[in-house]
Amino acid sequence: MPGPYRETDLTEKVEAFLSDLKRGGSGTGPLRGSAETARETTALLRRITAQVRWSSAGDLMEVIRKEGRRMSAAQPSETTVGNMIRRVLKIIREEYARSRGSSEEADQQESLHKLLTSGGLSEENFRQYFTALKANVIEAINELLTELEGTTDNIAMQALEHIHSNEVIMTIGRSRTVEAFLKDAARKRKFHVIVAECAPFCQGHEMATSLSKDGIETTVITDAAIFAVMSRVNKVIIGTQTVLANGGLRAVNGTHTLALAAKHHSTPLIVCAPINFLFISGEILSKVNVHCPVFDYVPPELITLFISNIGGHAPSYIYRLMSELYHPEDHEL
Amino acid sequence: MQIEGKELTKEEKQRLRKEKKQQKKGKEKKDASLPQVSVAETAAPASQLKAERRARQEAERTSKQSKKGDTGQPATTSKPKIPPNELQPGTQNTWSDHPHHMLYLIKQWLSPEIFFFQIPRRLDYGYKVSLFSHLLQYSRKAPLTQQLSIPSAVIHPAIVRLGLQYSQGIVAGSNARSIALLHAFKQVISDYTTPSNEELSRDLVNKLKPYISFLNQCRPLSASMGNAIKYIKKEISNIPSQFKEDDAKKKLLNCIECFIEEKIVLAAKAIAKSSIEKINDGDVILVYGCSSLVNHILCEAFEKGRKFRVIVVDSRPRLEGREALRRLVQKGISCTYVLISAVSYILPEVSKVFLGAHALLANGYVMSRVGTSQIALVAKAFNVPVLVCCETYKFCERVQTDSFVSNELDDPDDLIVTRKGETQLKDWQQVPRLGLLNLVYDVTPPDFVDLVITDLGMIPCTSVPVVLRVKNVDLL
Repeated sequence: MPGPYRETDLTEKVEAFLSDLKRGGSGTGPLRGSAETARETTALLRRITAQVRWSSAGDLMEVIRKEGRRMSAAQPSETTVGNMIRRVLKIIREEYARSRGSSEEADQQESLHKLLTSGGLSEENFRQYFTALKANVIEAINELLTELEGTTDNIAMQALEHIHSNEVIMTIGRSRTVEAFLKDAARKRKFHVIVAECAPFCQGHEMATSLSKDGIETTVITDAAIFAVMSRVNKVIIGTQTVLANGGLRAVNGTHTLALAAKHHSTPLIVCAPINFLFISGEILSKVNVHCPVFDYVPPELITLFISNIGGHAPSYIYRLMSELYHPEDHEL
Repeated sequence: MQIEGKELTKEEKQRLRKEKKQQKKGKEKKDASLPQVSVAETAAPASQLKAERRARQEAERTSKQSKKGDTGQPATTSKPKIPPNELQPGTQNTWSDHPHHMLYLIKQWLSPEIFFFQIPRRLDYGYKVSLFSHLLQYSRKAPLTQQLSIPSAVIHPAIVRLGLQYSQGIVAGSNARSIALLHAFKQVISDYTTPSNEELSRDLVNKLKPYISFLNQCRPLSASMGNAIKYIKKEISNIPSQFKEDDAKKKLLNCIECFIEEKIVLAAKAIAKSSIEKINDGDVILVYGCSSLVNHILCEAFEKGRKFRVIVVDSRPRLEGREALRRLVQKGISCTYVLISAVSYILPEVSKVFLGAHALLANGYVMSRVGTSQIALVAKAFNVPVLVCCETYKFCERVQTDSFVSNELDDPDDLIVTRKGETQLKDWQQVPRLGLLNLVYDVTPPDFVDLVITDLGMIPCTSVPVVLRVKNVDLL
C-alpha cells in the first residue's frame, strides 16, 4: 500500500493540477498547449517520486498509476497526461531492469520479440529494493523533461528541410508547434501561408496575426473555402492533438476535410507533432459531442509525413515508436 | 425637328438640318453605327454653345491623344461626364476634318468603357490577396451613395434602389436577385417614353446599358441575371417598328411576366415534382446554406407526406443556413444544424445531399456558394449521392475550372469576429502582410455530382452543353 504523503503541499499541488486540467478542457477549448501540459505532468510525477515514501518499484508504480487515473479522469480528451504517465512507468521499468543487471541490447532485441509473442517477462513483480533506483528514476525523468522542453525547437530545426521558397502552405487552426516551425523557416525562406480559421473558436485568427507579425505573408480564409483554394497550395502542414497507434490522427475539427481536399489535389500533408503525442488506441476514439465536435479522426492513408522531435517518419512507422515508448502492460492504467 | 423642351429659332433649325445631312455622310464612311445615347430628360443647352464646347473638347482630346498612345482609356477616365449629346447629330461636322477623332470615337464605341461612361467606378477596399488581385473587393460599411455620385437624371430610381439592395445584401440569392431585377425593369419600361426621333427597339436597349453597368458596380451580375438581361434585350429588339408605344410596352411587360412565371416559378414546381421521387421515407438529407429551390423541394416533399429529416450545414461568415433552418422548422421538418467543419463527422449518417446552384457552366462544373465543392468532395469520399437542383435559365456558356479566375470577393471585414472577449483581427489593415479572403463562390467538378435535376428532367452534369445548344437554337 502506498505510504502517506510526507508533505501536504504535494497533495495541494496535485489538486491544483487536477482542477487546472478540468477547467482547461471545459467549454472553451484547451487553454494551454499540449506540450505545456506534458511538462507539468512530468514535473508533478517527478515530485511524487521524490517525496512519496516507497520501498520498491512496484509501490512507486502503484502510486503513479493511481494519480494517473485521477488525472486522466479529470480531462479525458487531454491525452498527453496519460502518455506522460505511461512514459514514466516505462522509465521505472527500464531503470529497474538495469539495476537488476540485464543489458540494454537484450532489451531492444526483446522488444521485437515481445511484439510477436504475448506475455514476455511476466515473472517480474518489481518487488526488489535497490538503493540507487530512486536517484536513477529521478534522473531519467529529468532527461524526459529536457527532451520535452526541447521538442518544439527540435521540430522547428527541421523546417528548412521541408519548405522551399515561394511555396504556398496551408494550415488550420492554431498549433504552437506549426507556428514555431513556420517562423523558423521564415528566417531564411520567403513563402505564403494560408490559414483556415477553424470555426467556431476561430483560433486561426490568432495564428494569422502571430505569423504576419513575424513577416510571413498570411491570408485568412473561412473553412468553406478550403477546397476552393487548395488547388494553389503546395503543402499542407498541420499540428494535431494526438497521434494514434495506427498512424491516424485526432485533430481539431475540419482537419479531415482538409486532408481529403489535399488528397484530391495530391498535395502532401505533413503533421508536426512531438513524440509524446502518441496515444494508444486500437479503435477510433469517440467524438466529444454531437453537434459541435471538437475533434476529427483522420485516417493514416491521408497523411504523408509525420515530423517529430526525433525526425521524420511515415505513418506506417508509428506503431514501432509506440512500442519503444510505452510498455504494453501500461496500456491500461 | 425639335429638341425637347425648347423651341428653336429658324437659324438653329437650319444648322441642325445641315448637321444631320453631314451625319448621314459620316455614317457611310464608317462601318459601325454610333449608339444613339440620348437621354430624354436632360435639358439641351443652346446648340451654339454646344458646338463651341465640342470644339474645345476635341482639341483637348487630340492633344491628349498625341501625348499618350492609348486613345480610348484616358479620355473616359478623365472625363467621366462626357455629355451624351455630343454623340448626337451635331458632332458630325468635325468628323471628316479629324480622322483621329473618328478613330478615337470608334475605339471608344468598341471598347467596354463606353458602357461605363457617366458611372464613376467604385473604389476597392482593403488589401487584396495576390491571387485575387484581378477581382474587385468592396466594403459594405461605406454606403454606396457616398462612394458613387449617382447622376439621378441618368439612372432610374427603381434601379438605384435595387443597386443599394444588392450592395447591402438585402436582396441575395440568385433567384431573388433575378426576380427583383425583372421587376425593376418592368418599372423602367412602364415609365419609359420614346424620344421623338428614335425607335423604341433601339433606344430602350441603349437606355438599359448604363443601368446594367451601375448594377454591376453595386454587385457583380450573376449568371441568372445575365441570362434574364439577354432575354429582355432580345425581346426589345424584336419589337416590330409598326407597334405603337403603348402596345410595345404592354408586350414587353407581358414577356417579362411570362419569363418569371415559366423559368422560375413553374420550373421550381417541375423540379420539386422530379425530386420528390428521389426522396424516400427515412432519408437523412443534407443541405448547405440557403437555396430557395432546395427549401421549396423539401417543403413540398414534407407536405406530400414523405418522412425524412434534414441536416443543415452552415458556414461563416454569411451563416445563411440559419435562414434555411428557420424556414424548414416552421414547416415542421426535424432538423439538425452543424458548421461546415463538422461535415466529415456527420456524413456517415446522411443518405443524400441536395445542393443548390448559382450557375451551371458549359463544361459541366457547378458554380455555387463557397463550401459546396467541399461538401461534394467529402460526400464522394463517403459514397453519399450528391444531387444538384438548378433551373435551366441558370445555365451559362462560360467555362471555368477553378475558383480563382472569376469569382466575387465579399467584404473582408466580415471575417472579423469576437471570441472570448478578444477580437484578434480588429486592426488587420495595419498589419502589413495580413490578408483576409472572403470568397463568395466556388466551382465543383462534375465528377463529384451524381445528378442534376432541372425543369427539363434529370440529367448528368456533362449534359449541360447539350441543353445550352438546344436552348440557343431557339434563343432561350
